[in-house]
Amino acid sequence: MGWRVRKWIGALGFYLLIALLLLYAVFPFYWAVVSSLQSGSALFTVEFIPRDPAWQNYVTVFQEQPFGRNILNSFAVSLATVAISLTLAVTAAYAFGRVEFRGRRPLLLSVLAVSMFPQVAVLSGMFELISALGLYNNLFGLTLSYLIMTLPFTVWVLTTFMRELPRELEEAAMVDGATPWQILTRIFLPLMGPALVSTGLLAFIVAWNEFLFALTFTLTSEMRTVPVAIALISGASAYELPWGNIMAASVTVTVPLVLLVLVFQRKIVAGLTAGAIKG
Amino acid sequence: MAGDPQTRPARLKGTARELTPLTRLRARSAWLFAAPMLVILALVAGWPLLRTIYFSFTDALLSELGAYGFVGLHNYALLLDDPIWWQAVRNTLAFTAASVSLELVLGLVIALTLNAHLRGRGLMRAAVLIPWAIPTVVSAKMWQWMYNDIYGVINHLLLGLGLIAEPWAWTADPGLALAAVVAVDVWKTTPFVALLALAALQLVPGELYEAARVDGVHPTRVFFRITLPLITPALMVAVIFRTLDALRIFDLVYVLTANSPDTITMSVYARQHLVDFQDVGYGSAASTLLFFVIALVTALFITLGRVKLTPGAR
Repeated sequence: MGWRVRKWIGALGFYLLIALLLLYAVFPFYWAVVSSLQSGSALFTVEFIPRDPAWQNYVTVFQEQPFGRNILNSFAVSLATVAISLTLAVTAAYAFGRVEFRGRRPLLLSVLAVSMFPQVAVLSGMFELISALGLYNNLFGLTLSYLIMTLPFTVWVLTTFMRELPRELEEAAMVDGATPWQILTRIFLPLMGPALVSTGLLAFIVAWNEFLFALTFTLTSEMRTVPVAIALISGASAYELPWGNIMAASVTVTVPLVLLVLVFQRKIVAGLTAGAIKG
Repeated sequence: MAGDPQTRPARLKGTARELTPLTRLRARSAWLFAAPMLVILALVAGWPLLRTIYFSFTDALLSELGAYGFVGLHNYALLLDDPIWWQAVRNTLAFTAASVSLELVLGLVIALTLNAHLRGRGLMRAAVLIPWAIPTVVSAKMWQWMYNDIYGVINHLLLGLGLIAEPWAWTADPGLALAAVVAVDVWKTTPFVALLALAALQLVPGELYEAARVDGVHPTRVFFRITLPLITPALMVAVIFRTLDALRIFDLVYVLTANSPDTITMSVYARQHLVDFQDVGYGSAASTLLFFVIALVTALFITLGRVKLTPGAR
């Protein structure tokens, strides 16, 4: 065999591999869309392109449970989590990234250590805390508990970004007598826009996807967030799950997220890799 | 690790106007700036963790968290005696080893593909990001439907291709269930590994490849001798993140196979006792053990990883 043929076969194998990987990545979501458009008995026959697409499932999923309310809950909790995390993290990042003070290193390491906590390891203590504060079955309670997952990495990534800002800016402001607070809010904050968007998006996705706390700290279906609502959709019996409804709900909450990720691809990648690779 | 902020503070020292009072003032304001975050983190992380460890020595019940008595190490003794707990430990370790190694290999393949200047690579990057963006519970449900033994598309395809003779019960068969969970986890989190690997690949200087090509070095050799050693620090970071995540996996397993002993992990086991059986003391003991297992693995990674990583990282 000539090298030309060998090269051609190699390229063919390579593209086959890519095609397989693409299929593995995309097919499950495609299948959820297809299934969500089939109602009644059509759902139980395999059709790769629905012959008779119907929106019925999208209507019933909102009728049979407070799914609209669940989406609003998820939005409220995720946005509140992002706002609180970024506010707390950006001030802390100024201290960690710009000032040398005693105890800085151990403190930063303990913040990072929190990101390795398994959620279940704080579950009983968190349940007690949330009950004591009267926040059981309450969206504020969820928001509070989500900070354990979002604060460590927002602090870490924002500290990395803050460290990279030119120090001449800060020195000039200090000569003019600016206080640290003014330096942070007037000089650094406007420069942190991209970093805040990256970390904010990641925190939003973490809060939007969270399941264990939302499952444990809410009781009524009106207080549930989207992941819990979807996990608990049930049919007449355990063996008759309404798959059409479940897929419609899944597609409804995933489409905005997929669009968000595709639009902000670069920002998200920057946020994900900032803490790990930069330096 | 390659980019820890704590090793590179923005130094303002050494400038002429950095006098001691100013430094002290800055240090004081630094504490003020960090305080709100530290207080909240202590409240939502430190305190609950201490309470969990404390509860593990008691017989507290979820319905009445206020009334409990001390039982010493009784919960731990029961735990180490429960074959289901050991099953959970084995499942968790097997799940972690299988999913992290598959994610590493696949992630590397995807990263290399994305890094090659091929047509349609933007499309491919977008495509691999889709699984990452889908909430875990949603992906579990999507796969559960595809795995369905009677109506599932996977059985339909495999039967149609003649690869299996009769439908397989993917999530119910003890021999298949854990593998089924691994397949979903790999699908969901490989993009994360691929993105970290891609970022590292893009930092490898092009001149190195150029020089290797001029010298006529075989591409496979280039990969193992040049590319892989240079991106190993970044891959280690990805492996650490993924391992810690895999050891505490909960939602995927819980939604896909509930509390089935075939796939039960340490987190699922702990939650089952804490919430379903209301046994806060016993569940807290399981949670505490999981916490220390993860702390141990982290410590191992840091001590073993540091030694090898530092020279290549900078």
